[in-house]
Amino acid sequence: MAKTREILLSPIFTNNPIALQILGVCSALAVTSSLKVTLVMCLALTVVTAFSNFFIACIRNQVPGSIRIIVQMIIIASLVIVVDQVLKAYAYEVSKQLSVFVGLIITNCIVMGRAEAFAMQNPPIPSFFDGIGNGLGYSVVLLFVATVRELIGSGSLYGFEILPLVTNGGWYYSNGLMLLPPSAFFVIGGFIWLLRNSKIDQVEAVEYKLASHTK
Amino acid sequence: MIEDYLSLFVKAVFVENMALAFFLGMCTFLAISKKVKTAIGLGIAVIAVLTITVPVNNLIYTYLLADGALAWAGLPEVNLSFLGLISYIGVIAAIVQIMEMLLDKYMPALYNALGVFLPLITVNCAIMGAALFMVEREYNFGESVVYGMGAGVGWALAIATLAGIREKLKYSDVPAGLRGLGITFVTVGLMSLGFMSFSGIQL
Repeated sequence: MAKTREILLSPIFTNNPIALQILGVCSALAVTSSLKVTLVMCLALTVVTAFSNFFIACIRNQVPGSIRIIVQMIIIASLVIVVDQVLKAYAYEVSKQLSVFVGLIITNCIVMGRAEAFAMQNPPIPSFFDGIGNGLGYSVVLLFVATVRELIGSGSLYGFEILPLVTNGGWYYSNGLMLLPPSAFFVIGGFIWLLRNSKIDQVEAVEYKLASHTK
Repeated sequence: MIEDYLSLFVKAVFVENMALAFFLGMCTFLAISKKVKTAIGLGIAVIAVLTITVPVNNLIYTYLLADGALAWAGLPEVNLSFLGLISYIGVIAAIVQIMEMLLDKYMPALYNALGVFLPLITVNCAIMGAALFMVEREYNFGESVVYGMGAGVGWALAIATLAGIREKLKYSDVPAGLRGLGITFVTVGLMSLGFMSFSGIQL
């Protein structure tokens, strides 16, 4: 039980896929301008990671090492197709906004990376939880970024107005920069800074030590 | 005709830069941009793979997967477009593998220079992203060749520039928590802001 808990929770802060492992950054940036789209994306990714981990772990002993990448790819791609079709059927508007990014879950390094690093060595059930844990770790960063961007950029959260905008007779001047894609980089950079200030061991080593001032 | 292709090329390189406007291929973009030399090698590999895979995927989409595309085989009602994702990734994986063998046989110098990056290109989102954009925007065959090459050149340009900046950046005094990954994110953000100045250009 304690182990399951650790598998589930450690990717959220101590071993976060985006902030520490540099996995799955691609989609993290482009889909975070509004909270609703982000939530759908996080859900899709968590589902795909969990189930791909589960199925790959089920067949891990039957797959020859030389073709494992292709087998993993096929499992992941099939799951993504299922998710894509479901989204198109039940959430057409959101799936239009996500455009190519649902398809890009296939090449999202988190899914592939976890399959390779965890599911190939572990039984199905722990692998499933590892998938969920990493999906949550990804979601935490994405939701943080989306919250900051939507709140500052358009004064609302999940489409509801939190800070009344000047254009609607309120007091808040919206900050357009936050709606532009580059702001996602600044927010993630800031998130990493905050995270590493509380977890000092994640700070990277200095490559070149500056010489002290000579007298 | 030529003008159309030229404007599509410029658009793919600058205005719709794969890395800095759509943030595709970010994982490798951030992980393998510490040295200019390796970054350029990877950039060249990406250009080559994109220039081949986007047109091939275009042919597969037009003649096998699109709605009614199988009419030539006497099956006009069949729509296989839901198989798109799995076929594109298959094509990409296969072409990367073939390229690896060809380079190994005929250009061993380049092969050794690229090393492990070549197989890694399979999971580079920029390649898959370009294929999906090609389908979404309904490019024809000629356009897809130009678009593939343009997207590759844009990505290579971006990674080479970032590597240049990072090589200088390692001599600077960065706050402890931002060191490494954090400051790289901020740098890419500033670069991407710079590339946004192209976004108003109408071609």
